[in-house]
Amino acid sequence: MPRLDAVRQQALSVAIATGAYAISFGALAVAAGLDLWQTMALSLLVFTGGSQFAFVGVIAAGGSPAAAVTTSTLLGLRNGFYGASLAPVLRPMRGAHRLWASQVTIDESTAVALAQPADDLAARRAGFWWTGVGVFVLWNALTVVGALLGSRIGDPAQWGLDAAAAAAFLGLLWPRLASRAAQAVAAASAVLALALTPLLPAGLPILAAAVVAVAAGWRGRRAEEVPA
Amino acid sequence: MSAYAVAWIAILASAALAFGAKLAGHTVPESWLAHPRVHRIAGFISVALLAALFSVQAFTSGSSLVLDARAAAVAVAAVLLWRRAPFIVVVAAAALVAAGLRLLGWG
Repeated sequence: MPRLDAVRQQALSVAIATGAYAISFGALAVAAGLDLWQTMALSLLVFTGGSQFAFVGVIAAGGSPAAAVTTSTLLGLRNGFYGASLAPVLRPMRGAHRLWASQVTIDESTAVALAQPADDLAARRAGFWWTGVGVFVLWNALTVVGALLGSRIGDPAQWGLDAAAAAAFLGLLWPRLASRAAQAVAAASAVLALALTPLLPAGLPILAAAVVAVAAGWRGRRAEEVPA
Repeated sequence: MSAYAVAWIAILASAALAFGAKLAGHTVPESWLAHPRVHRIAGFISVALLAALFSVQAFTSGSSLVLDARAAAVAVAAVLLWRRAPFIVVVAAAALVAAGLRLLGWG
């Protein structure tokens, strides 16, 4: 099954590039004054990287716990949109299956799932679960490493992993930009998020791109114009 | 209440809200998603959010816009994608370019 191997390779490279950031997260959380258990709880239970970094960032800057919760939540809202976009891929689901799928619904698992061909449901499902579970395992293991070793490991940016993560998202977006409409939505969303970054709190510039999708999807279109 | 207990409450509240957002998406009724307009918007929304995420990851630092080693790395990645290079090559090349440029003291 060459297609599934390619999916697993994508899932693994995304899990490594993302998981490495958990080392930073663990170190920053401890530096912000959280203990090991609190740091682990954030990675296990919140499990959405941007939200976790925002949470410890607010605490480290002396912000209130309520502000930490608000900022963290703003960054996690987009996962709700992902769940709806993944409905044709993952449903029907019930019980524990749906709870697990929810917990691992993040940028990475969504991007790898939807980067697979729309007519290959098995590849899309494999992409979601391999990436979601792969990131979950690495993220939580490396959170502990970061919390215990602190900042001694160094900054993942030194290894270019911040650029690797951005390149991975570009690569996952690429196959979905077949139609002019999808290209226009991606370009407008990217520009809008950059324009809003200096003006709005973290998380909102990305969430605001949903407006572009609503505008693009509002009127009727030929089926091939809409990214599957 | 101690600061330690308050921190725990904040962590558990963040976890509940993060999970609620995730679960809500998976619980949207089929009948809503079947509506043609909602279906089209759902198709565009993941492209929109991931494109926005990419641009924020590549070109911002905190609340400012920056052009640094990441910009050079994603430019190389874009060329490789256009040349149909395998995914893992694209990701590894971006890491190498950014790490190399930083080693040379840029960005």
